[in-house]
Amino acid sequence: MGLPVYGGSFGVAQAERLLWRAGCGPRQGEAEALVKLGLRAAVHALVHPGPERFVGPAPHDAKGRPLAPGDAWGHDHCWWLDRMVRTSRPLVERMTLVWHDWFATSNDGVGSQRLMLRQNALFRSHALGSFEALLLDVTKDPAMLLWLNGTDNSKDAPNENYAREMMELFTLGAGRGAYTERDVREQARALTGWRNDWKQGRGEYNFRFERGDHDAGTKTVFHKTGRYDWHAACRLCVSHPAHGEFLVRKLWSYFIPTAPDRRTLAGLESIYRHGRQVRPVLQAILMHPELHAGPRMVKPPVVHLAGLLRRIGAGITTTDWAWIGSLSGQQLFYPPNVAGWDDTRWLDTASYRGRWIAVQRILHDRKLDPEKATASPDAHAVLARALAFWKEPPLSDGTRAALLEFARRSLADANGQRWKQRQYPVLLENALRQLIAVSPDLQTA
Amino acid sequence: MSSARRISCDECSRADVLRAVAGRGLPSIESGMPAPAGTGLTRRSFVARSLGLALSVYGLGRLQLFDEGIAAAAGATGQASPILVTVFLQGGADSLSLLYPEGDPLYRKLRPRLAVSGGAPFAEDDRLRWHPALGPLAELHGEGKVSVLPAVGYDHPDQSHFTSRHFWEVGATDTGLLTGWMGRYLDAAGSADNPLQGLSLTGSLQPTLATAKVPVAAIDGPDQYDFWVPGVWGEVEQRMLDAIGTLGGAPQSDPASRAVANVTAQADRLRRQLAPFAGDDAIVPTVPYPKTDDSFPTQLQGLAAMVGAGLPLRCVALEAAGEYDTHAGQAAALGPALSTTAASLLAFQRDLEARGCADRVLTLVWSEFGRRARENGSGGTDHGAAGTAFLIGSRAAGRQVGEFPGLAKGLDDEGNMRATSDFRAVYASLLEQWLGFDAARILPGAVKLGRPKLVA
Repeated sequence: MGLPVYGGSFGVAQAERLLWRAGCGPRQGEAEALVKLGLRAAVHALVHPGPERFVGPAPHDAKGRPLAPGDAWGHDHCWWLDRMVRTSRPLVERMTLVWHDWFATSNDGVGSQRLMLRQNALFRSHALGSFEALLLDVTKDPAMLLWLNGTDNSKDAPNENYAREMMELFTLGAGRGAYTERDVREQARALTGWRNDWKQGRGEYNFRFERGDHDAGTKTVFHKTGRYDWHAACRLCVSHPAHGEFLVRKLWSYFIPTAPDRRTLAGLESIYRHGRQVRPVLQAILMHPELHAGPRMVKPPVVHLAGLLRRIGAGITTTDWAWIGSLSGQQLFYPPNVAGWDDTRWLDTASYRGRWIAVQRILHDRKLDPEKATASPDAHAVLARALAFWKEPPLSDGTRAALLEFARRSLADANGQRWKQRQYPVLLENALRQLIAVSPDLQTA
Repeated sequence: MSSARRISCDECSRADVLRAVAGRGLPSIESGMPAPAGTGLTRRSFVARSLGLALSVYGLGRLQLFDEGIAAAAGATGQASPILVTVFLQGGADSLSLLYPEGDPLYRKLRPRLAVSGGAPFAEDDRLRWHPALGPLAELHGEGKVSVLPAVGYDHPDQSHFTSRHFWEVGATDTGLLTGWMGRYLDAAGSADNPLQGLSLTGSLQPTLATAKVPVAAIDGPDQYDFWVPGVWGEVEQRMLDAIGTLGGAPQSDPASRAVANVTAQADRLRRQLAPFAGDDAIVPTVPYPKTDDSFPTQLQGLAAMVGAGLPLRCVALEAAGEYDTHAGQAAALGPALSTTAASLLAFQRDLEARGCADRVLTLVWSEFGRRARENGSGGTDHGAAGTAFLIGSRAAGRQVGEFPGLAKGLDDEGNMRATSDFRAVYASLLEQWLGFDAARILPGAVKLGRPKLVA
């Protein structure tokens, strides 16, 4: 089944949007490089990345010490943010973030940054591969076993937590008539048998399957009956007729804000059905006209920030990003609940301030000193310099007009007073850098 | 899942980054130059300090001290309008622990490990007792300030957290509704320029407040809503703050950009409204609140100060302390969570009473469902149906709504408690009896819903 492919011009603007949607935004020169490849080859390169390289200096805390992502609070967030900033495989990182949201596990319930990092590595290794293999690995992943009580679920004491979310959130979706409360209970029985130990000082360890704790009896799931185990529980979900549509719709929603039309949906489903591979579905989504010619999308907070750092070639030099992430509405490894972040609600007055503080933190280390800088007192010139700081992001007419009005008024305040005439252009440039980065133009792509 | 903020950074201190500190980032002063030191800041902290006094001494009625934005918004809604607060127990709180049926012969059979004991009797039903951690609510109940709903829910209960929570948030068993029930009330009764009318104190917008038209706000706390930039001060800073509003009003052709512009405009207005609260000493509680890592008591403390100051609030949403999805280890998790929540709610009520504005606030405490009657094998309970809700306030009717259905006949085919009251009827009563608004304009099918007496 042929899927529509974007046929319009593929210039820097289109390449920038592609890099935002399929990664965390362009570093200098990256959009231009994609333009040279053309759309098809550009998407091919994104979905078939070479070995990972990290561009730029290694991350460290404010005292120059290396990060301790497995141990120190907040270093996990900064460690991953650094990968987003420095990676040569943007789509792999973006898909790792997608899977973190899809199988949303919070360290609030796991209590071990090391286990969270292990799960993160799992998401990364399956980023573009088989969804079935991913689901099987997630089902026995220690962080997930703790988060949704997988190792509490045994023959004599079934616990429905994972069984329900596996169907509701991971594979089939609620309210579509795909499963019943009875299926939840029966799947919980099929998933029994995982165990782990706990020791003071060591925490949770020795995750394993214990035949004796598994309910080996027959179960009836989706009107089929058998002696199902956890493998079968996963396979029953991914071979359910309602799974394909659920998966492609959900995957699409991470990249394109409008719903796919019927033809597109059918086409994506048929691509997915063939082997349940994620890569070809992504490839089709990334070439779709709706991505390139459709409306803009609000960037998730962590993507907005990673993209600003990529734009100016900055690295991670503080661990403030963890609590700033929380203020912005997205602290990595701490999604709000098992349904993940609500991508339709990134914006509210609290998270707006969080994004403001993120930009403020970038500028904190880079502010212009009004005593030293020399700046011409011309509104257009000051705005041009502030835009140059962010490597010339395009602005809408409305935003540009608002910024110029602010610039003109500020410069007019200096009228007649020499120290103000010297210093206000510098203060103004600092302020404009901030306002540009939180403008609607830079919060969306 | 928890709303606790874990902040432990040993680097440039959080306060440094969040707030301009007087004298910091200011240029050296040359002769003849007027002191540029925080034009806004000085005034703001001055106002904040006055406000601290105003709050504890005068309570209401010091609006003239405030930013003109607040005065205007307060004038638009009238300061005496009633305020409805909702507190969400996230995860599905176990009704059979909150008010546990010690007098029900099946209780210990279904809950061999998890049966609660040692709580005070519930005066309205001798089968039930308060969870020991809910002592503060029992105290308020004794004063006639708590209405208990021991089995609240809806027909054909959904056991998905997200679906059931969504139903409660939108005020209908409709998965397609996108606005919250309080959001629709604000769309109908609120104003176009007052984000404080719908205030989420959880650091992100609670869906129950989601509107289609009018602005609403989310903050962490009223004392933390400022915007500054390193190397920007004086007149330029004032202009920059104004420019946030200009950016919010600038035309944008694209829906996503427009959404960012809208939230920018709301942030601008909210900053003006909350300016008097900026600073460390701006909020002075009249009673002690629980000391805990959880932000719930601090949020209530800030809320009481805002109510006391006459800010134009109408609907407020918070999340309770703790986490209630107790699939495992329920006994250990529930006690501390309920204890912090109940003690905070008691302090909030006492704070409002001391400020003389307890008559203006009703608080609905709810959860998306209760839990399975039979405990699971992990020392926990799985998702159930009917849950417990409380309505707290000086004006609460203080009488039970619906009764505990009993464990012998009150469970459905799946072993979950049946509802004896409907959350939509609760909303209808709150809209009409408390907010004075026709429920039919807000809730689908409102005509057919009951109207339990909730307000004295």
